[in-house]
Amino acid sequence: MNNDLILLGHGSGGRLSHQLLEELIIPQLSSVPVAGQNDAALLNIGGVKLAFSTDSYVVDPIFFPGGNIGDLAINGTVNDLAMMGARPLCLSVGFILEEGFSKEELARILASMREAAETAGVAIVTGDTKVVPKGKGDRIFINTSGIGAVEHNLQIDGASAQVGDKIIVNGCIGDHGIAVLSAREGLEIDSGIRTDSAALNGVVASLLPLGSALHVLRDPTRGGVATTLKEIALQSGVTITLDEKSLPINPGVKGVCSILGLDPLYVANEGKLLAIVAPEQAEEALAVMRRHPLGKDAAVIGEVTGTSSGKVQMETLVGGVRGVEMLAGEQLPRIC
Amino acid sequence: MTSRERASLEIDGIVQGVGFRPFVYRLALRFGLSGWVRNTGSGVQIEAEGDAGDLLAFCHALRDEAPPLAVIGSFRIENIAPAGGDGFVILDSAKAGKGGEISPDCEVCDDCLAELFDPNNRRYLYPFINCTNCGPRYSIITGIPYDRPATTMAGFAMCDDCLAEYHDPLNRRFHAQPNACPVCGPRLNLVDRDGAAVAGDPLGEALAALREGRIVAVKGVGGYHLAVDACSEAAVGLLRRRKKRDEKPFAMLAADLDAVRRHVQCSDLEGRLLAGVERPIVLMRKLPQTPIAELVAPGNGWFGFMLPGNPLQHLLARSFGGPLVMTSGNLSDEPIAYRDDEALRMLSGIADLFLTNDREIHTRTDDSVIRLYRGEPLFLRRSRGYVPRALALPGEQVSVLALGAELKATLCLTRGAQGFLSQHIGDLKNAATLASLEESAAHLERLLEIKPTVVAHDLHPDYLSTVYGQGLGLPCVAVQHHHAHMASCMAENALDGEVIGVILDGTGYGTDGTIWGGEFLVGGYQGFERRGHFGQLAMPGGDAAVKEPYRMALSALYRLHGAELFRQPLAVCDQVREADRPLFLKMLEKGINAPLTSSCGRLFDAVSALLGVRHRISYEGQAAIELEALAETGSATEPYPYFLAGGAGDVLDFGPAVVAICADLAAGRSRADIARAFHKTVAAGLVDLCGRIRTATGLDRVILSGGVFQNRLLTEDVAEQLAAEEFRVYCHRLVPPNDGGLALGQAVIAGRIFPRK
Ligand SMILES: [Fe+3]
Ligand SMILES: [Mg+2]
Ligand SMILES: [Zn+2]
Ligand SMILES: [Zn+2]
Repeated sequence: MNNDLILLGHGSGGRLSHQLLEELIIPQLSSVPVAGQNDAALLNIGGVKLAFSTDSYVVDPIFFPGGNIGDLAINGTVNDLAMMGARPLCLSVGFILEEGFSKEELARILASMREAAETAGVAIVTGDTKVVPKGKGDRIFINTSGIGAVEHNLQIDGASAQVGDKIIVNGCIGDHGIAVLSAREGLEIDSGIRTDSAALNGVVASLLPLGSALHVLRDPTRGGVATTLKEIALQSGVTITLDEKSLPINPGVKGVCSILGLDPLYVANEGKLLAIVAPEQAEEALAVMRRHPLGKDAAVIGEVTGTSSGKVQMETLVGGVRGVEMLAGEQLPRIC
Repeated sequence: MTSRERASLEIDGIVQGVGFRPFVYRLALRFGLSGWVRNTGSGVQIEAEGDAGDLLAFCHALRDEAPPLAVIGSFRIENIAPAGGDGFVILDSAKAGKGGEISPDCEVCDDCLAELFDPNNRRYLYPFINCTNCGPRYSIITGIPYDRPATTMAGFAMCDDCLAEYHDPLNRRFHAQPNACPVCGPRLNLVDRDGAAVAGDPLGEALAALREGRIVAVKGVGGYHLAVDACSEAAVGLLRRRKKRDEKPFAMLAADLDAVRRHVQCSDLEGRLLAGVERPIVLMRKLPQTPIAELVAPGNGWFGFMLPGNPLQHLLARSFGGPLVMTSGNLSDEPIAYRDDEALRMLSGIADLFLTNDREIHTRTDDSVIRLYRGEPLFLRRSRGYVPRALALPGEQVSVLALGAELKATLCLTRGAQGFLSQHIGDLKNAATLASLEESAAHLERLLEIKPTVVAHDLHPDYLSTVYGQGLGLPCVAVQHHHAHMASCMAENALDGEVIGVILDGTGYGTDGTIWGGEFLVGGYQGFERRGHFGQLAMPGGDAAVKEPYRMALSALYRLHGAELFRQPLAVCDQVREADRPLFLKMLEKGINAPLTSSCGRLFDAVSALLGVRHRISYEGQAAIELEALAETGSATEPYPYFLAGGAGDVLDFGPAVVAICADLAAGRSRADIARAFHKTVAAGLVDLCGRIRTATGLDRVILSGGVFQNRLLTEDVAEQLAAEEFRVYCHRLVPPNDGGLALGQAVIAGRIFPRK
């Protein structure tokens, strides 16, 4: 492997992505030491607290069961703002189009963007479009940036998990990754797996009244629940213990994962959030989530069990405890 | 009158905590010498003076009559000026030095055994009897210097009788750190699964429970065992159900060699291994008629036995009479339980009773496992009884901490020209095992006074040992998996220069990012070239293909038949439901989570599943182990065809063999004969390719390493054919061929890459 080149794994959201961020990007660009650790930056501009976030979308294929790159680009940035407990206000949109891309497809993407923005209650207020020569891009790349209002004084942060806290997810995991994989590889599986892509600001708004019991909010996108929890464990300096049997997973996703040998813990989501909540308020948080349409299948999947060194582990169905690590890149065989 | 001389001697090796100083003292008295002996940081130092002839005889006796647990490493003598004086004394230890060595745990010596069963002895039936010649060492040592306060015996104050022995240089228990007796030492106790004490004599009650077919967790030297009556099908079945271990063979404890010989074919050499002070488990061929429950080792022609390795096991085995299952006290893949509270928590769903005691185990050590190959012992696991004995490295090198692989993890620390391979640590995916790797590294560094300056780890980016090693803040060397296997076998055979490495195992990460495992390397410690490998097969489902060998069979068939795969009239196709087949095919067509591997282990899996031997495994290597067992019952004179593609980077393709096997299956040839012919085929192809490499390179030394060489049938075929072709063949003898021996190779390679300053 050549250490001087960017590898695909640097974009996997796993350990290589973190290395790139920590060793190259943050030291060069950031004036704030914690930048890059949370989903959005918190800004205080003339006494007004704002959250600011950006994200680029390069998904292949651009259309997949239940959604496309357009609504993904809206929901993704809305969710990044929401994970700071912010109320998303407005977005910018930048398109990079490849010469020869179909106008009809662009129109469909734009329509779903408008619809997603309306559902989330955000305005698209500025934008930009560039076209690159054929072969210099892949049909369409979208960047969205967003601003949200922070109207609370809570410390919702990846570094705020505390021993005893419960970990709650608002529904089944792995749907998005498997839906995209099926579309990309033409799996023609008739399991009804669709992306879970959705704006989570409504769920977050319903959780905010829990106040200081709400310690961490994070959307487990690339790298899945495993990677996101590992990040939180490292940031907070705690041990997180998952309970395998309580993980909500759609039977269709479970079936595909078991045939393909994939671990749903590492599969991407686009409409899921992990809430880490003080134990006394965990029941309440769960009830609030379950009342929301995006949280019917919410479940407590684990808890913060210790104060040591950023470990994530899982009590398995067969009764053991296995470590859950961040992968360098994609899932590789390791049994000798 | 003869001349008077004085000699200064320095002896290194395992010479502390094994009764060496009293032994020197007794010899000095015997030869009428004056002078002194003392422990140093790394061994013992002696000055002795007397008649020249007596002094010479003394030096010979030091070597020839050394105590049973002593291992003399180096022996330096220097003549110095006589200083006179009379009497011989044992001085206090000298501090500082390059670090000493530590004795492994050891079986009860004959003297202690005689006392154990002598009704007039004050230690009659005392399960913690020991002396300087025997007893626990590595498992109870908490720090250095090796003295009672630095052991888990620290909390037991010796009674007057024990103290008198401890201070008498002529007593067998002089400075025996774990010395104890029923008055002052550890005691047995028996508790139920809630931790509540059971009334009555602990040993008697435990034996009664075993006779009733109940499961008793027994605290041994290196951890807890689970014991049941090996002749009771019901009791063994109960243990299997509760332990969730469906098929993996259980080891057994028998009172003596005669008892062992009632159940297995036990050669003289196997007998000597069983009766050695290390007390390993030895795998031996089952006798046709034995009262042992079928469930002890189902589908397996071999039984693993051990003889009692500590006084408690002697008491149990003698009183119980028949063989007892003595399997590790753990849940499926967890490390063996060794702390009392943890054992109770972990094993309360399995054991009915706990026969435990109040002497803590500091370092967990599993039983070692050995099997004979071509009349030579081969380690399948090197742990209790052998660890932490030093292994000689091919030369002096920087101090390296090598972290091994992921499954069957062991670590290796080096000091000078010595390598210390740790006890079996286990499967690092398990959270507790990873913690144990970290603790073991720290503990061994402290005991051996080694500060490693370089870390060696596997090339695999996601092995937990890799991630751990990279976080240590030391310079790291990433060592390719099969290169490490090769170096491990070279190092223990004291080879240098260039060799042909035939490395066959399950899977290891290759330098090209694919998964290797049937490799023909050319090179030495410094580096290697991949001269050839087995033909690649997809692993549909990644790790799932390891647990479900039918996936490998389907992958091999896919290579031959493509999308027509499921139309083949083969039973293995039924392993995938009709509805799931399109997805399974897509996985192969598109290569979704289906990495390519040149693994030999996966090829054995494919054939095992193709023959319907094993479609899903419940323990590592099961499909290949059962295929070997089947092949042993078959016969075949001719190998199947294979294809050896030419050019640089030869590929040994067994596709033609798979075609022939399918044809034989259709023609109704016996599966045992097919299995036998397949083993012959792999051997033939391998020897063929070695021949080509010899022609091209002029090298004729062949290293055989990797977990596949636990396959006795294949190893014998290969070794015989290579020898017949006049290759010089080197196998493992001191460390396992599987990943348990990997760290040794990593350590030596790192030592060569970072030359000593
Ligand atoms: Fe290996
Ligand atoms: Mg994002
Ligand atoms: Zn003894
Ligand atoms: Zn005593």
